[in-house]
Amino acid sequence: MSEAAAVETPEHGAAQADQLEPSLTPGNLGKLGMWIFLAGDAMTFGAGIAAYGALRINNPNWPTPADYLGITTTAVMTFILICSSVTMVESLDGVQHGNQSKFRMFMALTVLGGLAFLGMQAFEWHHLIAEKGMSIRRDLFDATFFILTGFHGCHVFGGVVYNSVLLIRGMMGKIPQAKAGLVEIAGLYWHFVDLVWILIFTFVYLI
Amino acid sequence: MTTQAAVSAHEADHSGPNYIAVFIYLAILTAIELGVYSMGLPQIPKVGLLVALAWAKAVLVAMYFMHLAMERRALAIIAITPVLLVTFLCFMLLPDLTSRMWTRFDHRIEVRNPADMGASPVAPPAVRVPQH
Repeated sequence: MSEAAAVETPEHGAAQADQLEPSLTPGNLGKLGMWIFLAGDAMTFGAGIAAYGALRINNPNWPTPADYLGITTTAVMTFILICSSVTMVESLDGVQHGNQSKFRMFMALTVLGGLAFLGMQAFEWHHLIAEKGMSIRRDLFDATFFILTGFHGCHVFGGVVYNSVLLIRGMMGKIPQAKAGLVEIAGLYWHFVDLVWILIFTFVYLI
Repeated sequence: MTTQAAVSAHEADHSGPNYIAVFIYLAILTAIELGVYSMGLPQIPKVGLLVALAWAKAVLVAMYFMHLAMERRALAIIAITPVLLVTFLCFMLLPDLTSRMWTRFDHRIEVRNPADMGASPVAPPAVRVPQH
């Protein structure tokens, strides 16, 4: 009898928790807020990509991206961003398990990954503007390219600042295990930036 | 339900998804993307494959790095809403694509810098002399 009850309890407990858990608690407000922000941000990126698609489909003279854009550099940038997402989750894992040195080391690597991405993007833009003569005013191909990658670059810059603040606060000992939620929320933003780049890489560079 | 159970069992083992495995999947999918890109396929299958691969990667990031697979369903609904709205937005743009081809013009429009041509940057308006 008691064994049967013991077997049934976890399922009942989980079902009850699912029903009774309040939709908003101070513990998950930040995460919910970040998700709502990301949904809005996704709409902005979505509108940008949809406009790009509409302009491109309508224009029979749209150039092949590979004729102007370097795919190899961008593939490396994509790989760097994916790697920095992994370091971000490892950093979160560190702070959640009270391993501060792991948290700080992987957060520093995440910041470095973001900086490497930005450096490569600056290099790419310089090459395209100075050597290939591209300009945001020249035509729709150039304008959509600079707007989409530039808007994403601004997000990466914001993420680097955000992660740097967490790293500095972590080094000052102000992010204990109990405040791991702060790192999780920053992680949501950082992974979203990675996710958007995955789509931009395909739509702007590969297709 | 099965997925949730699998995730819970997995969580019990490792206290989270296996991030390195997700990373390897993402790296493999990126390599496949570059392979598809360089295979020289016709445009339509190439675009279809690349878009499918990109969405597969995006879903992996959202489900495991952003923990949607383990989160409450409300967050998944928030996440899926912009995807649905943007899809709807694309359909709203369709009439514009088929009926108004106002964006059909030559790719390169030469914009000359007046300074290069030796003229003053702001050209004076042409004076129209009345003919008698």
